Amino acid sequence: MRVALFVTCLVDLMRPRIGFAAIELLEAAGCEVVVPPAQTCCGQPAWNSGDREAAAKLAKKVIAEFEGYEWVVAPSGSCADHIRTEYPVILADEPAWRERAVALASRVHELTDFLVNVAQLAEVPGNFAGSVTYHDSCTGLRSLGIKDQPRALLAKLPGVELREMAGAEECCGFGGTFAVKFGEISAAIAERKCANACATHAAAIVGGDLGCLLNIEGKLRRMGDAQTEVLHIAEVLTRKR
Amino acid sequence: METGSRRFKANAAAALANPVLQGNLRMAKGKFIDKRAIAIKEIDDFEATREAAKNLRNAVLENLDLWLEKFEEAATARGATVLWAKDGAEICRHVVEIGKKHGVKKAVKSKSMLSEEAGLNHALAAAGIQPVETDLGEYILQINDNERPSHIIAPAVHKCLDEVADLFHATHRTPRKTGIPALTREAREVLREHFLTAEMGISGGNFLIAETGSVALVTNEGNGRMVTTLPRVHVVITGIEKVIPTLEDLATLMRLLPRSATGQSISNYVSVLTGTKGPDDHDGPEHLYFILVDNGRADVIGSEFQDMLRCIRCGACMNHCPVYQTIGGHAYGWVYPGPMGAVLTPLYLGIENAIDLPHAATLCNQCGVVCPVNIPLPDLLRKLREKQVERKLRPWSERIGLKAWAWAASHPGLYAFGARLAARYLKWLAGGEASIPVLGAAPEWTAGRDFPAPEGRTFRELYAQRKKS
Repeated sequence: MRVALFVTCLVDLMRPRIGFAAIELLEAAGCEVVVPPAQTCCGQPAWNSGDREAAAKLAKKVIAEFEGYEWVVAPSGSCADHIRTEYPVILADEPAWRERAVALASRVHELTDFLVNVAQLAEVPGNFAGSVTYHDSCTGLRSLGIKDQPRALLAKLPGVELREMAGAEECCGFGGTFAVKFGEISAAIAERKCANACATHAAAIVGGDLGCLLNIEGKLRRMGDAQTEVLHIAEVLTRKR
Repeated sequence: METGSRRFKANAAAALANPVLQGNLRMAKGKFIDKRAIAIKEIDDFEATREAAKNLRNAVLENLDLWLEKFEEAATARGATVLWAKDGAEICRHVVEIGKKHGVKKAVKSKSMLSEEAGLNHALAAAGIQPVETDLGEYILQINDNERPSHIIAPAVHKCLDEVADLFHATHRTPRKTGIPALTREAREVLREHFLTAEMGISGGNFLIAETGSVALVTNEGNGRMVTTLPRVHVVITGIEKVIPTLEDLATLMRLLPRSATGQSISNYVSVLTGTKGPDDHDGPEHLYFILVDNGRADVIGSEFQDMLRCIRCGACMNHCPVYQTIGGHAYGWVYPGPMGAVLTPLYLGIENAIDLPHAATLCNQCGVVCPVNIPLPDLLRKLREKQVERKLRPWSERIGLKAWAWAASHPGLYAFGARLAARYLKWLAGGEASIPVLGAAPEWTAGRDFPAPEGRTFRELYAQRKKS
C-alpha cells in the first residue's frame, strides 16, 4: 500500500519525531510511505477563522498534491477530518473541485484509524512500558469516531497500563485559534483536563492530536508538574526502552 | 443596542477571577450531564427520535406563516386574542396596555426568556404594575436587585445555597435558614400571597399547537399552573418559531425536551392550555392573550442560519459546553448563553454587536452531539465568523496576520523557510528548557500556560536530510 503522509504543520514545526514515528508505524504495517515535499497546512485555521477564500486556496493545494496517492494519512484527527469532511463543504460552489475533494475524502485517514482499520497493523515496533491515560481529541472522536483505535494499539504493548481519566472525551480547551484569542478561558479549561489526567497518576498523558498535547503539556508545566510525560500515540507505539 | 455581549472578554475575565462563582460552576457541572446521559437511554432509538424532531421542526419553519395563521385562527376561536410584536418594545407596550385595560396592579410571572429579551419587568414597574417572578430561580434573581439569569432553564445556577440563604434572610427579614426544604417553604409562603392577589399572569410558552390553538408549558415547580389559572388575565409571550402543527408533534418533542434539559423522563408538570375559562370550568383565565414575537427571528427564516430556529430551549448545549462550564452564563452578556446564545445573540442583536461570541467556542462539537433537534451549532458559529470576515469586522491585525499566513502557506519554499526560522528561534528562546514561560508572539497562550519548546529543526528538513544520507 502506498501512503502519502500529511505531516501537519504543528508536527513539522514542533515535534518532527512524531512524523518519523508515524512513518515507522506505517512501514511496520507494510506500507510504502511518501512525504509529498511541497505540503504546508490543510487550511483549517483559515476556515475556522471565517476566511473561506484562503481555506479554499489551501484546500485546492492539498487536493492537487495528494489526490494521486492511494491513501493519505495524518497523525491528527483534526487535520484528517478537515480534509475529509470540510473540503467538500469549502469547495461546494466549484463543482469540479468539489468532485475532486469528494474523491480524495474517503482515502484520508487519521493515523490510528488507518493502522487499525485499513492497514491492520499486527505488531507495534516499540516496547513502551508504564501507565498512560488517553485524551480523546474532539474532532477525531466526534467526527471520525476515533476512540477504540488508539486503545487497540496501546493494548498491543504488554507493558502499558491504560488508566482512563474522568472526562476523557471533554475538550482540553485548545480549539486552535481559540487558545490564542481567549487564552484565559482556554487555560482554565486545560486546567480541568490536567487535573482529571493527573488524578489517574499515570506516568504519561497520551493523545492523537499535537495541538491538544501542546496545550496540555504547557498547562501541566505551568502547574509545576515536570514529571508527567505528554506524548503522541505514535511516539508511545514506537518508543524503545 | 445596549448589551453586555460587546464586553464578552472582560465579562469572562471577571467570571474567572470570581472564586465564589468558580466554586458554584464546579458544583453545577456534571449534574445535568449525568442525568441526561441516563435519561436518553430510556428511549429505544434516541437518534431516530432526534431525527423525527428535527424534521418536524424543519417542516414548520418552511411554512411558518401558514402555521402561525392556523394557530391564530384556532386560538381566536377558543376565545384568545393573538397579538404580534416586532421587538421587545412592542412586547412591553402590549403587556402594559393589557394591564391597563384590565386594571392590573400586580402581575405574577412564570419563566419567560422573551420577557428577558424585552426587559419587561422594568417596563411593567414603570407603568405602575408590580411584576413578581414566581419561578424559584427567577425569584431569587429578582430579589437580588433584578440580576439576569445565567442559564435558560436554571436561571440561578450560578448561585449557591449560602447566597440564597443570605438573600432570603435580608429580603424577607426572617431568621436565616440553611436547608433547601426550609428555603423553598419560605419562598412558597411569600409567593402564595402574590398568586392570590395578582390580576394578571404572564408566562412563556414552550410550544404553540396550531391545530388546537393551545400553548404547552413544561415546568417543574407548579408555579406555572398558578400563574396561568388563578389570575383573571393570562398573557403568553413566546417566539414565532415555537409553533408546531399537532399534539402528536408535541408528544415527539416531549420525549426529548425534559430528558435533554434536566434529565427527567417527564417534567413534573406538562400543561396544555387552551382558550379562556368556559362556563363549566372551575378555573382558568377570563382573558387570554398570546403575544407572538419576531425580535429578529423572521430575518433568520430562509437564511443560512435557519437551523438555529429549531431550538427547543433545553439548555443541553450550554450544560455540555467547556466554555460555559468555565465562565458561566453572564459573560455572554445578553439573554441566551452558551453555544445557542453565541449563535442567537449576533443573529438577533446584529453581528457587529456580539463580535466575540462566535469565536468563544473551541468547536469541540459536544453541543452539536447533544442537541435534541440536531442543530449543527459549530457550523453555525463558523458561518458567523465567515460573515464577520465578509463584513471586515475582525481586527485589522487578525485580518492581515491571516492573509500573510495563508499567502505563505501557498508558497511551500517560503513556508518551509519560515518554519525553520521559527523552530530555531523558539528553541533558542527556551534556552535549553522544555518550555517557554513567556512568549511575546502569543501572550494569550502564555498568560495561563507555558509554550512547549520545539525540537529545533522541522520535520521536512530532517526528512530531506535523511533521504539524502
